[in-house]
Amino acid sequence: MNTKLAITRPVNWNKIEDPIDLDVWNRLTSNFWLPEKVPLSNDIQSWETLKRNEKLLTMRVFTGLTLLDTIQGTVGAAALLPDAITPHEEAVITNIAFMESVHAKSYSSVFSTLCSTDDIEQAFRWSEENPYLQKKADIVLGYYRGDDPLKRKVASTLLESFLFYSGFYLPMYWSSRAKLTNTADLIRLIIRDEAIHGYYIGYKFQQSFNLESAERKQEIKSYAYELLLELYENEVKYTADLYDELGLTSDVKKFLHYNANKALMNLGFEALFPKDDCDVNPAILSALSPNADENHDFFSGSGSSYVMGKHESTTDDDWDF
Amino acid sequence: MFDIVYFSSASENTKRFVEKLGIKASRIPLFTKEVEDFEVKSDSILVVPTYGGGEDKRAVPIQVIKFLNNPKNRNHIAGVIALGNTNFGETYCIAGDIISEKLQVPLLYRVEILGTPDDVFEVKERIQKLWNARQS
Repeated sequence: MNTKLAITRPVNWNKIEDPIDLDVWNRLTSNFWLPEKVPLSNDIQSWETLKRNEKLLTMRVFTGLTLLDTIQGTVGAAALLPDAITPHEEAVITNIAFMESVHAKSYSSVFSTLCSTDDIEQAFRWSEENPYLQKKADIVLGYYRGDDPLKRKVASTLLESFLFYSGFYLPMYWSSRAKLTNTADLIRLIIRDEAIHGYYIGYKFQQSFNLESAERKQEIKSYAYELLLELYENEVKYTADLYDELGLTSDVKKFLHYNANKALMNLGFEALFPKDDCDVNPAILSALSPNADENHDFFSGSGSSYVMGKHESTTDDDWDF
Repeated sequence: MFDIVYFSSASENTKRFVEKLGIKASRIPLFTKEVEDFEVKSDSILVVPTYGGGEDKRAVPIQVIKFLNNPKNRNHIAGVIALGNTNFGETYCIAGDIISEKLQVPLLYRVEILGTPDDVFEVKERIQKLWNARQS
């Protein structure tokens, strides 16, 4: 364990050493939410329209996501704490850890709203027995327990910005077909949080990375791409195992490539997958981010997603600081 | 040809994207107080990151607002390019939309995080197109 903070310092928010700490703290706290805020019970009718295998897939995907958030909330964020450079960074990391636990709990809210106890227990059992999911967890946990702070940050960023997306795909897919739209709203809140987590940990990674020797930089960079490919290989199998039955595997893989590139960019590295492998289904992109697709029909999405993040035109007063 | 004027936080994602464009660029100061003395002298494309999540009023970095409060600067802006992350959903790159609407200039492109080589190519082309349209 790193003992950089040998002297225990009280955190002084009136003396900011890194403005990004304060900025991210403010964004995270102003984005704070709880699953109770999302009217999940409005999805009960929609849930009943899913076929048995579609329900099973959805529950499995969500237990998979629960597992990742559990790791991130307990082991993951805690593993980053000893490496914090500023006391404010420690505060931000504890916020991240707590939100990961909120995320993990929110899947349970979806389950308890939509599924029977028996089904829930079976899905959790599946998550404990699925070899690809367990391998994914093992790989990440292995690096969190390793002794290289830079490698821990790489593992964390890849988890936040890449590993969740084989799961996030499905609620976006349902949302694009006007199903489980409230569940999709909840997932979008999680996706928004993960973006800030990935950005912040990626930023802290780059700060330390830039101080390293050329040789060490090369080592870390190769490691990042190798780890990504190791995770990717497993992720492809996990994806096929889940999505083959519905014929969605190749579509999900494009979404994986797209997000793998974003994960690398969060670390300050160049994208790996070429554009043609990343042409995510426009329906998914537009479920994810209505603005991203300019041809998006504003009225086709779910009503409730427009409750949050409403936007109005700015006035002159807004510019008067 | 247009110059680039951009804002980039300490994370420098925007700076790195701008450097890949190979166009003459100046950076809006990080310290808000220094923005008062910062002026652009020629027509420029503004490149801005979006501060993500939820509240639009905070989407445009305060340094950029200060910069645009100066009419001399404002009048030199011919177009906007925004950086962001689609994870932010509806507010993806919204700083670009806000400024575009406010200044009545086109939002030329949205870039994710650091941008890919394809983004660089596309952005250069769009800036050139806008420049050509201005000349004719």
